[in-house]
Amino acid sequence: MQVATGKSILNGIAIGKIKVYRAPRLVISDAMVNDVEAELARFESAREKAVAQQSALYDKALVEAGEENAAVFEIHGMMLEDDDLIDAICEIIQKQQKNAEYAVKTACDNQARVFAEMDDPYMNARSADIDDIGRSMLDFLMGNDLSSLQGSEPSILVAEDLAPSETVRLDKSLLLGFVTREGSTNSHTAILARSMNIPALVQCGEASADWDGKTAIIDGYNSCIYIEPTEDLMASLKKRREEDQAKTALLQELKGKDNTTIDGKTVKVYANIGGPSDIGAVQQNDAGGVGLFRTEFVYLNSKESPTEEQQFQAYRHVLESLAPKQVIVRTCDIGADKTVDYMKLDAEENPALGYRAIRICLTRKEFFRTQLRALLRASAYGNMGIMFPMIISVRELREAKEILEECRQELLGEGVKVGEYEIGTMIETPAAAILADELAEECDFFSIGTNDLTQYTCAIDRQNAKLEPFSDTHHPAVLRLIQMTIEAGHRHGTWVGICGELGADLSLTETFLRMGVDELSVNPKSVLPLRKTIRGINLKNDPCGCGGS
Amino acid sequence: MREFNFTVSDPDGIHARPAGLLVKAAKAFESTVTVFAGDKNADMKKLLALMALAIKQGQTITVKVEGADEDAAAEAVEKFLKDTF
Repeated sequence: MQVATGKSILNGIAIGKIKVYRAPRLVISDAMVNDVEAELARFESAREKAVAQQSALYDKALVEAGEENAAVFEIHGMMLEDDDLIDAICEIIQKQQKNAEYAVKTACDNQARVFAEMDDPYMNARSADIDDIGRSMLDFLMGNDLSSLQGSEPSILVAEDLAPSETVRLDKSLLLGFVTREGSTNSHTAILARSMNIPALVQCGEASADWDGKTAIIDGYNSCIYIEPTEDLMASLKKRREEDQAKTALLQELKGKDNTTIDGKTVKVYANIGGPSDIGAVQQNDAGGVGLFRTEFVYLNSKESPTEEQQFQAYRHVLESLAPKQVIVRTCDIGADKTVDYMKLDAEENPALGYRAIRICLTRKEFFRTQLRALLRASAYGNMGIMFPMIISVRELREAKEILEECRQELLGEGVKVGEYEIGTMIETPAAAILADELAEECDFFSIGTNDLTQYTCAIDRQNAKLEPFSDTHHPAVLRLIQMTIEAGHRHGTWVGICGELGADLSLTETFLRMGVDELSVNPKSVLPLRKTIRGINLKNDPCGCGGS
Repeated sequence: MREFNFTVSDPDGIHARPAGLLVKAAKAFESTVTVFAGDKNADMKKLLALMALAIKQGQTITVKVEGADEDAAAEAVEKFLKDTF
């Protein structure tokens, strides 16, 4: 057995025989032509076919990968109509009397270089688009037929690289997965494969033409491919694949369906995430949004305090990838069990009750403003909620909101676009739950953090195993605080969600629905089972089944 | 000749896809439409040249329109810019 690693673009398993996919080598001569008019006509015919092909790819991608991902082919079509590019190609044919292939390759390479050399990553990536349209015209000029390259049996393709248009052109019924030596996880190819649910590895340097015909497994969870795997491994990964298939079946069953109980009550089911790497999990589990985006990753993955620009890029990426879904971002929750050296926080006797979260932010205002400015700038790219953690008083919430508003005015003064956003309070202290009426007047939503709320209400350190016998995850006092919070929120038109672990506890789902909760945010894996549970509940039955309340 | 300034407020600047639509809007007229951004300029009817200007949020561009239908063209292009960017 051989194991080769790469970068995984999808958490999935593909099992099958390898087919080495060799795009036809482009051997382009610089031969002169006698009949310039005929050569111009050859080019024009190839160009028209390429335009038609990109339009067909747009339609195909629209169905397989959605509008957002299909847009690239619309841009390709427009590029193929560009007068400068057409003129450059025609001029090489006319003035230099070169063949059409040479003219297309030369003009496209020149244009790709213009984009590659620009001081802008977005424009740099456009050079791949030029390569792709050039390739498309060349395939028509040279009569290359890609459909025969895929073979006739379902297989795992191994290639040097795949262009976005190749990825869409491939017959999905024959494509189990693919491995490329080149490519990147942010390319259009990767994005397309992800949205089409195809396990794939990119940047797999060991990928080899010798693999042709061998049995292999792509393990997207561990970013590797096993060539001629052992029987044990085959059995265990087949099992994993079956679990994935069961999830996919659940997804098929629930996709696009409301989270509505039998008697007609609808709730939002969101996912909790810890950074941009979880975007895929949100999409794959068809969550309605993100109910808790923990921002600690920007602080914990950095040796010094992250800049506004660094934070902005990270938040924007998440917002943009998930738009128009709502993403609720929790401001910095550093402190207690999550610390970083550069913040120079003193060791504390009792860190859970110590200097953390909003308490740090309201005393280190510049630090707080850096994050708020980054969030406000990112708000222009999606549907954002901003939520403050560890609030225990109305004064704190007002102060946080004032600083947020100052930052907003500052950005608007600088001519920076700021989007619309909701403001929320994390209810994770008994103080906040008891003051929910007053807090509700100050914000758009509440999100109940049940882990801390339980620990603070019961005075049980959740990291102390000795306290296990005393701990009750369904403690009636906690459930009553949740109910009070929901009722108080609703009295003031403030919607209420739950983002702690209790939200994923299916034995409490009905209880929470009876309390009137508007949203449940859980880890991505729990989204589909929770949605299925909600759809099976009938609140008209057994009105006394209210758990501990 | 007609001339006007426009400041881009779209966070992405004048990027690929809407740039394509802008080209289409300009192509509907006979007049030549030229975009000046910093020390560079481009024909608004040419997508790749327009993209190569890499116009960013906050940047002010000058648009010059010249030709038989310049009034209508200037009006349409300005409206498109305001609505889109």
